[in-house]
Amino acid sequence: MTITPLVDKSDDSARRELLDRVRPANWENPAPKPVYDLVIVGAGPAGLAAAESAIALGLSVALLERYRLGGNSLNAGSIPSKAMIGTARVVTGVRDARDFGGFVRAKPLVDFAAVMTRMRRVRARIAEYCSVDRLHAAGVDVFFGDARFAGVKVIAVGDSRLAFKKALIATGARPCPCDIPGLERIGYQTSETIFDIETLPARLAIIGGGPLGCEMAQAFCRLGAHVILLQNDPKFLPREERDAAELLSLALSRDGVETRLNTTVTGARMAGGVRLLDTVNNEVRTSVEVDEVLLSVGRIPNMEGLCVEAARVRADPAQGIKVDDFLRTSNRDIYAAGDVCMTHKFTNVAETSGRMAVRNAFAGRRRRQSHLTIPWCTFCDPEIAHVGMYIWEAKERGISVNTVTIMMQDNDRAIVDGQDDGFVKLHLKAGTGVILGATIVASRASEMINEMSVVMSAGIGMRDLANVLHIYPAQSDAIRQAALAWARPK
Amino acid sequence: MLALTTLPDDALIDRLQHAAFAYFIEYANAENGLVADTSREGSPCSIAVVGFALSCYPVAIANGWITRAFAVSRTLATLRFFWNSAQSDRPDATGYMGFYYHFIDMTTGRRVWQCELSLIDTTLLLAGMLTAGCYFDGAGDEAEIRSLADALYRRVDWDWAQNGGKTVAQGWKPECGFLHYGWEGYNEATVLYVLGLGSPTHPLSDAGFTNWTFTYQWENLLSRDVLYSGPLFTHLFSQAWLDFRGIQDCFMREKASDYFKNTQDTITVHRDYAARNPRGFAGYSRNFWGITAGDGPADHEIRQDLRDRRCFGYMARGVPYGPDDGTIAPWAMLATLPFGSEQALEGTRHLLRTYPEVCRQDRFCSGFNPTLTKHGAGWLSDGWYGLDQGLLVMMIENYRTGMIWSILRKCPYVRTGLERAGFDGGWLSS
Repeated sequence: MTITPLVDKSDDSARRELLDRVRPANWENPAPKPVYDLVIVGAGPAGLAAAESAIALGLSVALLERYRLGGNSLNAGSIPSKAMIGTARVVTGVRDARDFGGFVRAKPLVDFAAVMTRMRRVRARIAEYCSVDRLHAAGVDVFFGDARFAGVKVIAVGDSRLAFKKALIATGARPCPCDIPGLERIGYQTSETIFDIETLPARLAIIGGGPLGCEMAQAFCRLGAHVILLQNDPKFLPREERDAAELLSLALSRDGVETRLNTTVTGARMAGGVRLLDTVNNEVRTSVEVDEVLLSVGRIPNMEGLCVEAARVRADPAQGIKVDDFLRTSNRDIYAAGDVCMTHKFTNVAETSGRMAVRNAFAGRRRRQSHLTIPWCTFCDPEIAHVGMYIWEAKERGISVNTVTIMMQDNDRAIVDGQDDGFVKLHLKAGTGVILGATIVASRASEMINEMSVVMSAGIGMRDLANVLHIYPAQSDAIRQAALAWARPK
Repeated sequence: MLALTTLPDDALIDRLQHAAFAYFIEYANAENGLVADTSREGSPCSIAVVGFALSCYPVAIANGWITRAFAVSRTLATLRFFWNSAQSDRPDATGYMGFYYHFIDMTTGRRVWQCELSLIDTTLLLAGMLTAGCYFDGAGDEAEIRSLADALYRRVDWDWAQNGGKTVAQGWKPECGFLHYGWEGYNEATVLYVLGLGSPTHPLSDAGFTNWTFTYQWENLLSRDVLYSGPLFTHLFSQAWLDFRGIQDCFMREKASDYFKNTQDTITVHRDYAARNPRGFAGYSRNFWGITAGDGPADHEIRQDLRDRRCFGYMARGVPYGPDDGTIAPWAMLATLPFGSEQALEGTRHLLRTYPEVCRQDRFCSGFNPTLTKHGAGWLSDGWYGLDQGLLVMMIENYRTGMIWSILRKCPYVRTGLERAGFDGGWLSS
């Protein structure tokens, strides 16, 4: 059968368009100003947000980037992965149309090259918001090249030396290196390279069952690959609540992902022209034949070549730049933000910390990172989102917790939509209506958790939440249902 | 013989209990007291099933199904076997550090299937041993039973099993050491902690139980406040031996509840869930419930009535988060008798009336799925599982006479373990 894709996969304009915006080919770094109010190292979400805040304060800003503007989030993280997940959801919707009375004659076919072209177009479009033209127009001096501290008040980039009053390190993080014997030799992908592949691997092994590993496992599986998800731990998403992780595990299996928990990859080799991963599960050793490998076992901070010691900035290779609660490093004039220093390596945290660092440095603010209410999400189907404290965190602080749970199977809109897997859990300080945290597993938990983020940031308690009118029917109404269940006389 | 459904409640319960007990006679090795995990051909012994068997012999004596002499002989054979069995770190031993492998050969007692040295299954075995030790109070062989039960319990090195951690792992293997599965959230491990804390020789640390309760989730589920655990059996296993009525640990004091009441509330949640039947499974109703660990159809490619009907094999099914594939354990409703006889009997009678095939030779099978049909009949698990039969015998007896509870209330190790776990009130005050 021949498929005529709506997306022209031969069109490489999206790739060029992206580069024009985030790393123009003929870019020439500007002549540096004598001294900058703020020099930002790294133009990912933290650096870009910091630049915007600094410009708004009327400061002179230099923004230094080694690779591409937009950082990991735009180029090899949130945006490309969510674009692929979006396509995978559409394909699954077609597959499941019969559950809704629709009729699809055959299994939907996927043109993987077209999927990737769409992803690149999405990425190029979003890149406009952080394009070099836009930054230049805003008054930011953009420098491409490897940056390194040459003193406590000066940074070198290429042939230029930039003097600064304050600096912000926002160099992000990258995938952890591989320590599996033989894997380098047989070759593997990471989040930095997987979005550049052109052909859907028939058999894809994903090593690591964290958020990205699970997201990619489901997406590639839905797009037609046979995916083997190998996880060293007894559960996927080890940080998440057990019930959420187990629901995800079931969803992955239902989609056809071959899940292997408690499984360690001990080695990789070629045999008869075939890539093999050697695994062990409770001393049972097996080998897995694969066509491609995605390594997704965490991220480490980017500090190579930065010579932070020259600026008297303390750092740890695994934890990154050491900052205090106000994001200030051991050098009082240098701050850090984003993945290079934060425990939670998410785009929203990077952006917020970038802004916070600038305001703390220049606007006399004293905002603490420990006061942030941080929502995050794993974008599987159903999505798993969390904000605030987990139960174990509260108990470690001596806080007794009661939880109110509404199952999505008791939410009218979720039933109507055929998306009734999941739940809304609100964790409360026992005996009160004070919300400590929330976990939501739902088709669009990423949207629903934002309501909880607002509620918690505003200090709204359960009694008030129960009285907030929500759209009916709406999946987010499950949040109000939880508040009503709490308010109901026992 | 009269049909089960025609019998009055007492007679119905008696007959089902007797048939359940007969499993331990039919599927045992009389030489060493080992009992098969299931009735299926070639099944190895499960040490947990032996623990249930040891606990059921006193019940059988009291009901006149076996003589005391027979029970003494069988119990002694069992205890002697375990006392003399190989304890070492060799991969084919029977146990190590006083613990035992989950599955062992019915004849030799050697480890099979490269299974784990199981803490929870050893606990259930020990609970049976202590039950025997407390029940048999005569001289001669009965004195030897007491002595062996005590020695076997004292030999267990709980401290080693804690492995320096805050809580215990689920097991150990000679090939890879301690498993990295922990006990997260409330489950059937309460009896494990109680026996581990009660040891006079190598006890668990004081903080172990409290650390475990830190992982508990107290939830308002389906409009009812409960200490959550999905599978029904997790609310029953510890309570087959331990009488939690009116006694509270720190966690339950704070929640103004106790583990017994929590099981009652959980049963209500299970019934409400079955009545709501969110997945539209056949049969589910307020009188058709019992989602727990058990055998299942293991069919992964089923769609029916426009729904995903993938089914699982033997696994712990749970409410309300699942997994739920429409499979229930037919024995489970009756096993909740002590927590509310009306609902247990109503459900069991409804099940026997509607699906009499779940109870062959008066003995409930492990799993039943009426949604997955073949030739008009629902899927049915083959044969019987020893755990199901043992739990049923004990729970029926606890409902009727409180016999097992009352035996273990007198066990000093149980009292010590409960007190070290922070329990007080109720019968512990007397």
